[in-house]
Amino acid sequence: MKTETRSEQFHPPSVLGNILRKLHIDIPLFIGLLLIALLSFTILYSAGSQDMDVLIRQASRVGLAFLLMTALAHVDPYQFKRYSALLFGLGIVLLVAVLIMGQIGKGAQRWLDLGFFRFQPSEMIKITTPMMVAWYLAEHALPPKVKQLLVASLLIVVPTFLIAKQPDLGTSLLVASSGAAVLFFAGLSWRFILAITTLLAGMTPILWHFMRGYQRDRVLTFLNPEADPLGRGYHIIQSKIAIGSGGIYGKGWLGSTQSELDFLPESSTDFIFAVFAEEFGLFGCLGLLTLYLLIISRCLYIASQAQDTYSRLLASSLAFTFFVYVFVNIGMVIGVLPVVGVPLPLISYGGTSVVTLLAGFGILMSIHTHKKFLPH
Amino acid sequence: MSRIYTVKNKLVESRLFINRLIAAFLLILLLTSGLIVRLVYLQIVGHEHYATLAKDNSIKIEPLVPTRGIIYDRHGKVLADNTQSFSLDLIPEQISDLDDTLLRLQKLLNISDEKIDQYQKQRKRQKRFVSTSLLISMSDEDIAKFAVVRPYFPGVDIQARLVRHYPYADLASHVVGYVARINEAEMKALPIAEYRGSSHVGKIGIEKTYETALHGKTGYAEIETNVQARAINTVNSVLPIPGDNLYLTLDIDLQKTAYDALGDFNGAVVAIDIKTGGVLVFASRPGFDPNPFVIGIANDAYQALQSSENQPLYNRALRGLYPPGSTIKPFIALAGLEYNAINAGHKLFCPGYYQLPNVSHHYRDWKKGGHGSVNMTEAITQSCDVYFYSLASTLGIDRMHDFLQHFGFGEKTGIDLTGEKSGLMPSREWKRNRRNQSWYPGETLITGIGQGFLQVTPIQLAKATATLANNGNIVTPFLVKNTEHTDPEDLAIEESHPDNIAIKSENINTIISAMVNVIHDQHGTAKSIGKDINYQIAGKTGTAQVFNIKQDAKYNENDIDFKLRDHALFISFAPADDPKIAVAVIVENGGHGGSVAAPIAGKVIKQYLEGTNENRNPE
Repeated sequence: MKTETRSEQFHPPSVLGNILRKLHIDIPLFIGLLLIALLSFTILYSAGSQDMDVLIRQASRVGLAFLLMTALAHVDPYQFKRYSALLFGLGIVLLVAVLIMGQIGKGAQRWLDLGFFRFQPSEMIKITTPMMVAWYLAEHALPPKVKQLLVASLLIVVPTFLIAKQPDLGTSLLVASSGAAVLFFAGLSWRFILAITTLLAGMTPILWHFMRGYQRDRVLTFLNPEADPLGRGYHIIQSKIAIGSGGIYGKGWLGSTQSELDFLPESSTDFIFAVFAEEFGLFGCLGLLTLYLLIISRCLYIASQAQDTYSRLLASSLAFTFFVYVFVNIGMVIGVLPVVGVPLPLISYGGTSVVTLLAGFGILMSIHTHKKFLPH
Repeated sequence: MSRIYTVKNKLVESRLFINRLIAAFLLILLLTSGLIVRLVYLQIVGHEHYATLAKDNSIKIEPLVPTRGIIYDRHGKVLADNTQSFSLDLIPEQISDLDDTLLRLQKLLNISDEKIDQYQKQRKRQKRFVSTSLLISMSDEDIAKFAVVRPYFPGVDIQARLVRHYPYADLASHVVGYVARINEAEMKALPIAEYRGSSHVGKIGIEKTYETALHGKTGYAEIETNVQARAINTVNSVLPIPGDNLYLTLDIDLQKTAYDALGDFNGAVVAIDIKTGGVLVFASRPGFDPNPFVIGIANDAYQALQSSENQPLYNRALRGLYPPGSTIKPFIALAGLEYNAINAGHKLFCPGYYQLPNVSHHYRDWKKGGHGSVNMTEAITQSCDVYFYSLASTLGIDRMHDFLQHFGFGEKTGIDLTGEKSGLMPSREWKRNRRNQSWYPGETLITGIGQGFLQVTPIQLAKATATLANNGNIVTPFLVKNTEHTDPEDLAIEESHPDNIAIKSENINTIISAMVNVIHDQHGTAKSIGKDINYQIAGKTGTAQVFNIKQDAKYNENDIDFKLRDHALFISFAPADDPKIAVAVIVENGGHGGSVAAPIAGKVIKQYLEGTNENRNPE
């Protein structure tokens, strides 16, 4: 009896289950993502002033992203490993191309116009950087030695710097953390971690010393948004009012007065969490965080079950970066982190980040559904 | 052995990896707890506080827009100020059916479809819950009409605001410029915190160059508002700092004289105070009325301005490129003296044409039959072309280029207006680089009489004239004398120019006396303006051939005939013995410099010298 249930768990006999398995889809992860997407439409409808057009546009992007995820889930993880370096190199070349075009066009530019759509190399590099670092580290015995640490650092710093130069601080931060996560999961010794942290902390005052007055001003405004009370500070004040006024139970769906009366700017994009918190209250927030944690846990589980070093490192890094996304966005909306342009993953309005995120989940699914050795 | 090592290694790796997963998971939990603590703090502990703010009273931060600085002329006459006007503002988010409201308003106040379109475009750019004006400067009648039905239009209100006003309209439009609504590109480039609440920005002229000073510093107020978004109480505020008032060196009365003197011609007049470099007149005719731009010019009106043959939007004084014609001759003559290429007393026979050795082509003089035997003074007075063909040939293009460059030909004068053109001072290098051709001797000849590739702007011509009058000490033109926060003395005294031109004073005196003859000699080409004045004017007439007729221009015989007529030019300064004012005049298709351009300069000089000196004032 007991063995039967277990076998059923591993081999669902239903037709649907068979189809899904053939599709290489990880059901728990898929359901989690679907829930988040539905949640996203719900809030967007409210935050976007009940504009159906906004919803339809976003839904079609998300639909496409889900298709891409499914397609990537089909690819054997070995192929990802094989093309890691190539894709990374291509990404760097495109980043440089974007920078040069930006220089020529005398303006910040983040995308390449391919005629039928605009392609953001920085989005691609979000995935290819951890792929590259994982590929490089997997070639050597773990934990990484000093030499590997240096090479890996270079692999992380180059794209980070190129993106920061665009300038897109939020994305460069995510790219840096995705690479750093690979190093961490590869077993970089705690001593190194401590040393690097201390080094970075120690460099700050030196850097500060060499900065010019206006550069310091910029950093200060960045750290202290109140310096621009009509701009960033305004966001934070209004966002805190929206969240706080939501209370424990929230004001109910479509009940957010702050975004309705438009006290809250960017309510559909980077600050959408404030609308969510206002409408669904603390309980809603806890629910959302739980949903995010479940997705992350599933991803970490997938990483733990992965059967080669490359897959492990990549899977765990993608999982961790997803968390960084969530943490940085919510942290900034609730006023504990500086305002950087990072959307709330899978919920904020906008297509590019959804596509990249779901591509990442596609890779995770691929890793999980292409096992060489079946569990006994 | 090695195999065992790898297996062992893999086991170590696996264990290490699982450890790291656990560590990461714990870190994630820890950080998430941090977020939760903060959320609990905001939503439970702070709930009452924030709920009060949100529900009954909301804090709204409103920018306090600084008053834009006023622009005065040198005598304190207002060139640009702010007048109170009433606008019809809509807050789309407070209007349930915007289309219906717009339709009703359109019927009520008779608003054009175009205005509605403009409003729609503007609204889409605006941040939500910020009011956008549908109408700026409403008539009293419209205000009265709307006041009656106001309760039926929630979210629509009449707002008093300051609107930029230019009392002199087209007279000073090209100098003062205008402000207009901030467009998308400007929105990105402007400092965002400073321009919250500002709807207008300087587009051209002084309004643009001194945008930062004129704009002032935006303040803000934290205002408690109720649910209807009506302000209840100001909690905290930082007052705005109004923009600086600017005092220009411009003399608007003198400008009017110059502008009126141009009559129906298109052209430009620039006058410079030689002692300081302050620009007294900066007229470009036709001008345009900048006031409609402030409130949003109607599309057809703008198209009419754009496509008008007279190009009223074109700042001729700053950007118009003209061949200098004979006005270049005093400078060429001075070059000849300075390089010892010629002796001032040397006589040259002018048969009415000039020939290069071994070339059959005749370079004609403007006077058929020629001027006979002329020395330098006579050549300048009568504007003999053959004399200058010969001198140019002796000097060569390289020396001409180097010498004229000192006077600022071919480079921007550096006046404080944006969009200045640098003109063209041709050289061998320029021709090789730009056209990939070598320089021909014939081109040297025509450069000597101010034709060919040589192109100047009116402001350049005025600067060069002022510099000549100032014994080669470079005069840099400027328009803003001072702001309220700067001492006029600071700006008036220009720091001594490092590259003043070293010229022998005897040479410059020769040139100046020849230029005096242009006005005061019986053979002078501008002798008509020398009558009835008790000071001497030095000047030079010029006539520039118009080469370019647009191929696609509409064919109209009378019109083409007029457009084919030469440009009339005149440069001058006075009094010749103690130069105070330099004037450059260009009259498009005016014909001859002496008969058309010189009288305009004469009027400006007369008014400036006689008007500023009470003793000589006849009244």
